[in-house]
Amino acid sequence: MRHLLEVKDLEVKFALWFGELTAIDGISFTLDRGERLGIVGESGAGKSVTGFAIINLISKPGYISAGQILFEGQELNRLPEDEMRSIRGNRISMIFQDPMMTLNPVLTIGTQMIETVLAHENVSKSEAVDIALDKLKKVHIPSPEKRIHQYPHECSGGMRQRIVVAIALLTNPALIIADEPTTALDVTIQAEIMDLLLELCESEKMGLILITHDLGVVSQITEKVIVMYAGKIVESGATQSVVQDPKHPYTRGLLKAIPGIIPPGSRLYQIPGMMPNLTEIPQGCSFHPRCTISESICSTEVPALISKDQHHRMVACHMVK
Amino acid sequence: MEQNNSLLTVKDLVKHFDISGGLLDQLALESGRIVRKKTTVKAVNDVSFTIMPQETLGVVGESGCGKSTLARAVLGLYPPNSGEIHYQDQRIDNLNPKQMLPFRKKMQMIFQDPYASLNPRMTVKKILEEPVYFHNKAINAQAAEDKVAEVMRQVGVDPAWSGRYPHEFSGGQRQRISIARALMVDPEFIVADEPVSALDVSIQAQILNLLMEAREKRGLTYMFITHDLSVVKHISTRVAVMYLGTICELAPTQTLYAQPGHPYTRALLSAIPELGVQKPKHLKLKGEVPTPINLPSGCVFHGRCIYANDRCTQEIPRLMRLESGAYVACHGVEEKRI
Amino acid sequence: MKSWNRFKNSYLLYSFKRDPVAILSFCVLSILVIISILAPVITPYNTYDSATFDIMDAETPPAWMEGGSKSFLLGTDIQGRDLLSTMIYGLRVSLLIGVGAVLFQALVGILVGLLSGYLGGKLDALLMRIADIQFSIPYLIVAIFTSAIFKLAFGVGRYAELAVPLLIIIIGMSEWPKYARTVRASVLGEKNKEYVEAARVIGISRWHIMYRHVLPNTLTPVLVISTIQVAEAVMSEAALSFLGLGMPITKPSLGSLIRAGFEYIFSGSWWITFFPGALLVIFILVILLLGDWLRDVLNPKLYKG
Repeated sequence: MRHLLEVKDLEVKFALWFGELTAIDGISFTLDRGERLGIVGESGAGKSVTGFAIINLISKPGYISAGQILFEGQELNRLPEDEMRSIRGNRISMIFQDPMMTLNPVLTIGTQMIETVLAHENVSKSEAVDIALDKLKKVHIPSPEKRIHQYPHECSGGMRQRIVVAIALLTNPALIIADEPTTALDVTIQAEIMDLLLELCESEKMGLILITHDLGVVSQITEKVIVMYAGKIVESGATQSVVQDPKHPYTRGLLKAIPGIIPPGSRLYQIPGMMPNLTEIPQGCSFHPRCTISESICSTEVPALISKDQHHRMVACHMVK
Repeated sequence: MEQNNSLLTVKDLVKHFDISGGLLDQLALESGRIVRKKTTVKAVNDVSFTIMPQETLGVVGESGCGKSTLARAVLGLYPPNSGEIHYQDQRIDNLNPKQMLPFRKKMQMIFQDPYASLNPRMTVKKILEEPVYFHNKAINAQAAEDKVAEVMRQVGVDPAWSGRYPHEFSGGQRQRISIARALMVDPEFIVADEPVSALDVSIQAQILNLLMEAREKRGLTYMFITHDLSVVKHISTRVAVMYLGTICELAPTQTLYAQPGHPYTRALLSAIPELGVQKPKHLKLKGEVPTPINLPSGCVFHGRCIYANDRCTQEIPRLMRLESGAYVACHGVEEKRI
Repeated sequence: MKSWNRFKNSYLLYSFKRDPVAILSFCVLSILVIISILAPVITPYNTYDSATFDIMDAETPPAWMEGGSKSFLLGTDIQGRDLLSTMIYGLRVSLLIGVGAVLFQALVGILVGLLSGYLGGKLDALLMRIADIQFSIPYLIVAIFTSAIFKLAFGVGRYAELAVPLLIIIIGMSEWPKYARTVRASVLGEKNKEYVEAARVIGISRWHIMYRHVLPNTLTPVLVISTIQVAEAVMSEAALSFLGLGMPITKPSLGSLIRAGFEYIFSGSWWITFFPGALLVIFILVILLLGDWLRDVLNPKLYKG
């Protein structure tokens, strides 16, 4: 079966005034219809850039320097901009951390939703209104008939993010890319949005790529997970197995560093050092200076992402058998 | 909860902000007449608590609940509208800046944003020296330099880098420098306002360890403000849960997490995403968070509470001690309906 | 040495080296500034000394034209002064007034902006209303009144001596609200940052915080508008002089030179007004181009890769 999305050896570079930086260094993954994938990493790991690369929205000075992005059989990174525009916001929708990146503050919610529908679908205006109301109901917004006449600033943060989800749903996309959709929200609202995304993916058979730094959120609603470090995938596999039995030393460290698992007050596990700057990525395995089990091979040879067990688990580490 | 020999006592603290702007902005047309209207944000309302020496009081709550305002009011950055703040046995909320000086050495603050909390035009050395010189005018340059190097080593930043500017450091290192600045005057009490919220998980663990280490070595007392329930569980001895400017529950950490009393605390705890738990069963709250400009009558939580009754909409609940040692402000809990 | 190294590797120098317009502007501006500073040394004639020129040389055309003289490269004006030397002295006066007026504006404006932004409240309202009023009075009216009163009080003879400081104050007074507003806006952005709160927690007094913490962080936009303000002050001075309210012809600025020559433009002596005019345009153009470049570099929102 053909995958919904297939990313092959994607490489993204930024041409800055002092030289070129490699933000994403050859990553590959696939996503099937109705599947939910989490991309986890700390800031600077390249997870957001991956999301933008898929919809071909890398802004200058960045560019896709190598690799392929296949979506429903089309090679997105070779499409001309006008064809890409008919896919972006239509077959693929995006949800950002800040709802105000999507919402226009001077237009009512209804106007924005109807415009989106009319831009992508051949329907009359009253049909567009019906579609908008239907989607608002889907995201559990009380009295949508009133809401569509309101402006974004009249809604609370959680409500706005739900409206953004409704807008993302307008064109019945096959894939939603959510970039830190709940980072700016409070825990109780975060839980609601996550419930909502999970419910919608199941009922609408949509693919979801959830980009986040929060392993807890990822483990709640995704089936597969990719852990990124300094522009590379260091580990990938089924979410539950990665979370419960992490293999890569970075993933292990990350999971151990979260408070709430070990007894309160005791010393947290800390990964020494910090994520390297993109200008000074170490030779060999980029994690080796921070790794507790590294050997001499780690500082010279880049480890390949290879399968280490039967359960589709891939790990990029010389030391993991 | 009157306790003796407490380090910090806050009594019925109220802090409202007038955001009505100039006279012209205040005028409004109401039923044919022009009236002058004031808009106030009721950020903190009648909050009382004590902090004992060497304990860590965690303050949790969602955005806009007044926790950061409370932190700043405690340190005298915002003068309170009413209420009292006592440090040991001295009342400090009515002191002038000069009388406040001795307390400035005892109380310090750590901030959330590692990029905004250090002056970009000053070297690390200058940033760290400033409090030392300010509180000890007689100190000689060598002694000040030694002190800077000593504290930098304690927080894990190489003293050789003291001549650099903040932008040359990563977020985690900046937060260490920010902690170093607070430690320069050897304080007893530190208010930490979301000190790890802006940091990545692996760096967050480093900073939390550093804070816990400093607590042990220096016998520090913390007021630790955060929205992250796992962090607060890890570092605090007691936790206060805030909602819309009031404390709705105050309990020893173990008790709070084992048997939360207030319906809001329960909802909050159930919403923490847990590792390896697929479909979350969190308690749903109804309605929307009201703004602190128009506070609901009675219990501020009643509009979102599934247990609310008539009494909740009219009468403000007070914190009440339960058998478990927790203090809960809820009529439902008091009446044993919840 | 350290700060030189920092500068050598900075984005400022990098983008300067890649921008030919900025380089050219900078070179032209430097040459003009150096020439005007060294005017008494390098000009062939001292045009402030009436003994050095002769009315008989009046209206000599530039050297390459018929009737031109080798001793007057760009010709002479109606008093027989060497035009090139007069222009260099004129540029010197214009530059002095321009820079002086901007320093005056900046001093008043930064002080007002800082107090207004940091202390806020009633003081802020009062100072900003004064700024609004100041802004709404055209500087020409102020200039006409002031110079009229001045000439009455001190006599026309003293006026020539005191014209430079007077013009600095007139032009400076009319433009300080621009600085005040820019600084105030940037102070409002800075004063709630956590590093200011940290200084308050240490116990540092607000005057000290204003001066030591807030002020240095508000100076970048001041630097950017200062370039444009110098150009504007030079233009204002030229306009005032052109109207006869500025520098007297015995001690001319570029503006008064243009005015003096303007009357003879139709009688064929076009050079008397053309060369000072061209110099003024070039001078202002290079300042504005340099200011544009500086704004682009220092404003991260316009960052170009």
